[in-house]
Amino acid sequence: MEISATMSVPEIQQQRVSIAGCRHHFPVLRQWVNGKPLVYFDNAATSQKPQVVIDAMMKYYESENSNIHRGVHYLSERATQAYEGVRVKVKQFINAGHQREIIFVRGTTEGINLVAHSYGRRNLKEGDEVLVSAMEHHSNIVPWQILCEEQRATLRVIPMNDRGELLLDEYERMMGKRTKLVALVHVSNALGTINPVKQMIASAHARGVPVLIDGAQAVPHMKVDVRELDCDFYAFSSHKLFGPTGVGILYGKTHLLEAMPPYQSGGDMIKSVTFEKTLYNDIPYKFEAGTPNIGGGIGLGAAIDYINQIDLNAIAVFEHELLRYATEKVSAIGGVHIIGNAKEKASVLSFVIDGIHPHDIGTILDAEGIAIRTGHHCAQPVMLRFGIPATARASFAFYNTKDEIDALVRGIHKVIEVLG
Amino acid sequence: MSAIRELYQQIILDHNKSPRNFRKMENATRKVDGYNPLCGDHYTIFLRMENGVISDISFDGAGCAISKASASVMSSMLKGKSKTEAEALFRDFHRLVTGGADQEESLDRLGKLAAFAGVSEFPARVKCASLAWHTLHAALNSEDTSVSTE
Repeated sequence: MEISATMSVPEIQQQRVSIAGCRHHFPVLRQWVNGKPLVYFDNAATSQKPQVVIDAMMKYYESENSNIHRGVHYLSERATQAYEGVRVKVKQFINAGHQREIIFVRGTTEGINLVAHSYGRRNLKEGDEVLVSAMEHHSNIVPWQILCEEQRATLRVIPMNDRGELLLDEYERMMGKRTKLVALVHVSNALGTINPVKQMIASAHARGVPVLIDGAQAVPHMKVDVRELDCDFYAFSSHKLFGPTGVGILYGKTHLLEAMPPYQSGGDMIKSVTFEKTLYNDIPYKFEAGTPNIGGGIGLGAAIDYINQIDLNAIAVFEHELLRYATEKVSAIGGVHIIGNAKEKASVLSFVIDGIHPHDIGTILDAEGIAIRTGHHCAQPVMLRFGIPATARASFAFYNTKDEIDALVRGIHKVIEVLG
Repeated sequence: MSAIRELYQQIILDHNKSPRNFRKMENATRKVDGYNPLCGDHYTIFLRMENGVISDISFDGAGCAISKASASVMSSMLKGKSKTEAEALFRDFHRLVTGGADQEESLDRLGKLAAFAGVSEFPARVKCASLAWHTLHAALNSEDTSVSTE
């Protein structure tokens, strides 16, 4: 059955059974931790990997391993075909216009650093401004801070309200002649807020300002269409998308990428090298110096095939219901406060408990077999904005269940019993 | 829950809720900040040293139950101790929380600190328990400075 976001409730409920059946595809979930069945609620940190991803990487190393783009021999041909095949899969997955717009990187962080180094250094001058939001991950703050320091430009921050929603009027006001780039998180890792990036991109474009989107937390949870968003750059990581660590994607519009200087340099990113002059390769290869993470790329391809079989729209509907249920149950516990109450949220439940530090919450939940993240989630400015040192964060994937959320609720009651 | 009860013993819960010597000290002779950047724990240890002896000790800051109780119990045990005695206690405490303590011999010397024995079952929390002690160590051995457990 085809699934879409416009399906009726009975149709979706029928589909839920099929999504719930996906849980057994993830071998790591079949274990007990501290005498309890593992409840993995740290998906925003990294997702688990289905057997098909693990198998695809093993098959690559067992029967196809070779370096790409350089051998005339059989294995190199096969490895090159498999790796370049993943580029096509990624292009289709995010609906990019052409596979040359898909650059393999190490992860979201490297994707953002690539744009900051290459596009940023070329285009930012003294007195220019870069806009980021108040809910960015450190990886979408620090590269711009360094760039602004180097170029004597200014980093400006789009504020948010107490629910964790960006103030769009402020955003409109902040954009001006000096604004040279907007860098925005699609879904906040600390708050779960889904930002209205399409609208924000349109506003920036009306002023001729390009926009980079950090999609690390969006891509696993919703259908992303880079041409519909009309973003200029979009970065995401394989490991949050049920693929392996160490590989990620930077999408960039052709005309921007072609005008950008290389990021790293070395083998594979050149057409010819003499000691006098080097001719750079065409995009995307211009940005892919050195032997890449081929096995990781193959794993990402298998993860995309896997997700396509389930359908991201169905995943979004299913996870929305998980989040609604969790929010209702957890916020009903006395002394518990949800941090981040945006109208549009995905998959993240950040909370604090009166008088109890998140680290102690994490330790007691771990003793119940429940894995959550505690701390500042690499978003210290968000913690500062809400006047808290840290939060406890449960983040969901489609293999999680309401039974697991019930276990979390029982766990929180134990935390309060022990420390309250 | 038994390992959890072992970790969060009554004495730890008590010192977390009602920390002793939890105040700034105006006439401190040493003042050192300690951070655990991973979780944002931050404490300042104040010492008043007179003739090589800790005549007063207090602390200020925020963090988890383990780190706060550790700072509190530490402060309650060190008044009147010499630098050498305090450092020896730190060594015993460190062995205790990392699981290397010789039960028979050191528990006597550790006194109330023995309540932190459960930490050794939680390697991720050793840094919480030892933050105040590392900060104290820096305070005993240097002028005003800042330490980090990372």
